[in-house]
Amino acid sequence: MAGFRINEQEPRREDTGGRDEGENRSCPQTYQGRGESRLMPSSQISRSLVNLIRTLLRQPQSAVGTALALFFFLLALFGTQLAPYPNPNDQSHDVRQSPTLDFAKLQLGEHPFGTDRLGRDVYSRVILGASSIFRIAGLGTLVSVILGSALGLFMGYQGGWVDEILGRVIDATLAIPALLLALVLVGIIRNLDFEAGSWQAGLADNVVLLVIAVLYIPIVARVARSSTLDIRTREFVAAAEIRGESQAYIIFREILPSVIPSLVVEASLRFSYAIFLVASLGFLGFGARPPSPDWGLMVNENRGGFYQLTPWALEFPALAIAVLVIAVNLMSDGIRRAVQKGV
Amino acid sequence: MTASDRPLLDVEGLTISYRVGKTWLPAVRDFRLQLGAGEIIGLVGESGCGKSTVALALMHYLAGNGRVESGGKLHFAGEDLLAKSNADMRRLWAKRIKFVPQNASAALNPSIRIGKQVMEVLKASDGIEGAAAYESMIDMFHHVNLVDPERVAERYPHELSGGMQQRVTIAMALISNPELLIMDEPTTGLDVTTEAVILELVRDLIAQRDTGVIYITHNLGVVAQLCQRVLVLYAGEIMEEADVQALFEEPHHPYTLGLIGSVPKPGESKHTVRLQSISGNPPSLRRLPGGCVFAERCPLVVDLCRSDKPPLESLPGDRLVRCHRWEDVDAVVQPPSKSLPIAMEGDLPTPLSEVAPLSNGLGRASPITLMRVTDLQKQFPVAPTAREALRRIKPTPIRAVDGVDLQLRAGQTLGLVGESGSGKTTLARVIIGLQERSGGKLELLGMDVRNSVRERSEDVLSKLQMIFQNPQNSLNPYLSVRQAIVRPLIKLRGMAPAAADAEALTLLERVNLRAEYADRYPDELSGGEKQRVAIARAFASEPDLIICDEPVSALDVSVQAAVLNLLAQLQEEHDSAYLFISHNLSVVGYLADAIAVMYLGQLVEVGEARELFQPPYHPYTEALVSALPVADPTHKTERILLSDNLPSAQNLPSGCRFHTRCPRKIGAVCETDAPPWREGEAGHRIRCHIPLDELEALQSDLVLAGGSD
Repeated sequence: MAGFRINEQEPRREDTGGRDEGENRSCPQTYQGRGESRLMPSSQISRSLVNLIRTLLRQPQSAVGTALALFFFLLALFGTQLAPYPNPNDQSHDVRQSPTLDFAKLQLGEHPFGTDRLGRDVYSRVILGASSIFRIAGLGTLVSVILGSALGLFMGYQGGWVDEILGRVIDATLAIPALLLALVLVGIIRNLDFEAGSWQAGLADNVVLLVIAVLYIPIVARVARSSTLDIRTREFVAAAEIRGESQAYIIFREILPSVIPSLVVEASLRFSYAIFLVASLGFLGFGARPPSPDWGLMVNENRGGFYQLTPWALEFPALAIAVLVIAVNLMSDGIRRAVQKGV
Repeated sequence: MTASDRPLLDVEGLTISYRVGKTWLPAVRDFRLQLGAGEIIGLVGESGCGKSTVALALMHYLAGNGRVESGGKLHFAGEDLLAKSNADMRRLWAKRIKFVPQNASAALNPSIRIGKQVMEVLKASDGIEGAAAYESMIDMFHHVNLVDPERVAERYPHELSGGMQQRVTIAMALISNPELLIMDEPTTGLDVTTEAVILELVRDLIAQRDTGVIYITHNLGVVAQLCQRVLVLYAGEIMEEADVQALFEEPHHPYTLGLIGSVPKPGESKHTVRLQSISGNPPSLRRLPGGCVFAERCPLVVDLCRSDKPPLESLPGDRLVRCHRWEDVDAVVQPPSKSLPIAMEGDLPTPLSEVAPLSNGLGRASPITLMRVTDLQKQFPVAPTAREALRRIKPTPIRAVDGVDLQLRAGQTLGLVGESGSGKTTLARVIIGLQERSGGKLELLGMDVRNSVRERSEDVLSKLQMIFQNPQNSLNPYLSVRQAIVRPLIKLRGMAPAAADAEALTLLERVNLRAEYADRYPDELSGGEKQRVAIARAFASEPDLIICDEPVSALDVSVQAAVLNLLAQLQEEHDSAYLFISHNLSVVGYLADAIAVMYLGQLVEVGEARELFQPPYHPYTEALVSALPVADPTHKTERILLSDNLPSAQNLPSGCRFHTRCPRKIGAVCETDAPPWREGEAGHRIRCHIPLDELEALQSDLVLAGGSD
């Protein structure tokens, strides 16, 4: 047991751990910040979020990752405004023009990333492609995190045979290789013949999103479950049970807030995998269909013999995928570090 | 300084700093120490006062963010440790300077057999290997009273109990015959019975060698029983240093006085004395006061204390004190009462009259039986092994609670004591309904109470509440203090949110917390403050019975006293009953009206607190009582040392469950027949084959109760 354990980030916790854990000294200085909380009922969670972002930006790697991810997110949001040619299938340009991007002069030129064999501006297509990847990977991750954590919280808190059965099902799903399962699911749903405009058809259009959700629900559920198992033994949960609180109250009010940090870590990790999965499916021809400006699809369309003619039409979308995946990974690493430190 | 003319360890003006961000904060300032060979010096103080920092610095083993400031002196056997390189130090650590950590299970490598780990020490220290090493290891294991050393050597750490693990670490430390041994709270996580054994062991082993020992602890009882000299550390500074007798008889520093006063002594109860506590918290390292570091919490503070730093004065009788007013401390501590006539009570400035003992005598507890527990059972099923499953054998369940009968009167405190593993907490959790009982009856005010909290009516729920052991875990970190207290008010008392808000503030006031605490979150509270909030939350539903499961064992002594006082005071105001579970007999003795002693799922003795601390005792109670480290060096009892092998609750001993460890076992009858309950005076009951008068005759020396004085 260390006499003084000093936490670099939070000076108020210069306290010992261990059994004779006594009066942790809390310096009044930390209370000064609490003044606003009376005006604005800020919760402990939003305070943690601010801390999280602060920690993220402090580390160079995670700061770069976060900045890049944010940059791509802006592209996704304002792609149509930012792209010089908002129609991705505008074939009005000369085909196979070389990139005009000039780093030395910081000039973009007419077609910064060149044009492809059909005369489409690659620069615009890369920018416009961001929105679909964010939409599909992001929403897919969101759905899987929401459903997966609800499932995991329930299993973890309930325990017993419910947990046992659901746990086995989850283990079984995890045994199937993700990409294989994705291909099979996409293949099946694509081949079903739905009436145009029906909800099934809408589902089929978003099949990749759906697949991501299905693939990641079990993984998120496992993480949520194991965190819940840890939290449910805490005495504040027992105190709530003694008060006769309902199961839903205990799960969502008492346990969930403590599980959120690990869920945030998991979500950011899932997101980076989802991006890669969307790109892979696009590349294999199971994702977006031509002529949509999907990065994976663009790589596929321009490989083989076309690569000799217009290497840039393959290289730039590939670069975009690589940079985004790495950026999100760096960010997710930073989030994990920050959470482990305890924000 | 006793033995030799040249001290083994000579420390002067040692300042130890930690780097926080870009600044270095002096965690320990101007530390001094002189330790002779064969001497045991105790280092006491609250947590966070720098005890462990000192230990690490004395070994010249500070972490990368710590350093010893230049100008200090650290001489070990005449050599300057501060000038030594890491390689030199490693040679010293291998043989001459040893460390025994608090947490033995973390200190032993879980993947290496015990024998190999211990022999590695010998190889490093003396280059002894093979058969010679094995022999001296087995010899050492005999010295630390490890039963069956050959088998222990074959085991992995997790196969040993906590007490055995600590013996192994002590054996590892002593096997190289070190000159200096630093022990950092080696018994803090152990049961009193095991603690007594380890302390005895340390004392014997040190007496045989010429090892100098620095013993770090927060437990004054341990210091009083073990050490020859004591250093009191506060906020990184030495407050007082003296021989142990002198220190306890005549503490010169108000901090020492506060520490001693905050521990309940045998015979003291809530009816006779209020415990002293030290208000406030140690100062932050970032903002150390210019004057005396203790000024803010000192009951004797004067303007001088805040402006001028007191020097460490040498006093006659080879003692040191750092206080401007030590002579006044002397004056106030003199008889008749050993307590300060000044309130050292918590955050509220209580006038003296209110610090006076509680008036209610034993008779005050009303005759209404609040709760009656009859033949309560709790078994945990054990998953069958593959072999058992194949042969369709049902494995024996773990019988954690096995036929307990208890009665609690309204307004009464029933103490429940026993070693860890005796089933105390399971009993509590079954009563509160967190776990379903396997059999038996539970009646509250004459009505049957259902098994689990989920089936109980809100009326029953509101009557039963619980205070938990660990303040870190008992409050939800994401809910503010206000939210934590308001919820039971709305849920169990049906209050409107506005009314509940107002009531929450009243409750906070009751537990001596200012209203502004309502908007704080648990991580902004100290351990004692958290426990106060937990107490307020438990009292919110106006319960008739509160189960307190080790509510003070995670707190520092000074804080512990404040919480105990608060519990006693609230009980008087609300007339609520407590089922008070603790492994600490002196705490139970202070707070409880009646005490039940539990061993392996059964009660072995029940009686009024007063009766329980004097003969006749159940042999198990006798061992517990004799093992109690009393914070008074003049208090000497013949310790009854129990083996630290608690039988497993899955494979319970036949006959009397205690017979495997009982020092008073009379023969085969103990192994075959379950002992009968023997009735003594005033409802005192003992479950033993030995008749009460015989027990009384055997145990006449051991009296702890206040009845005799």
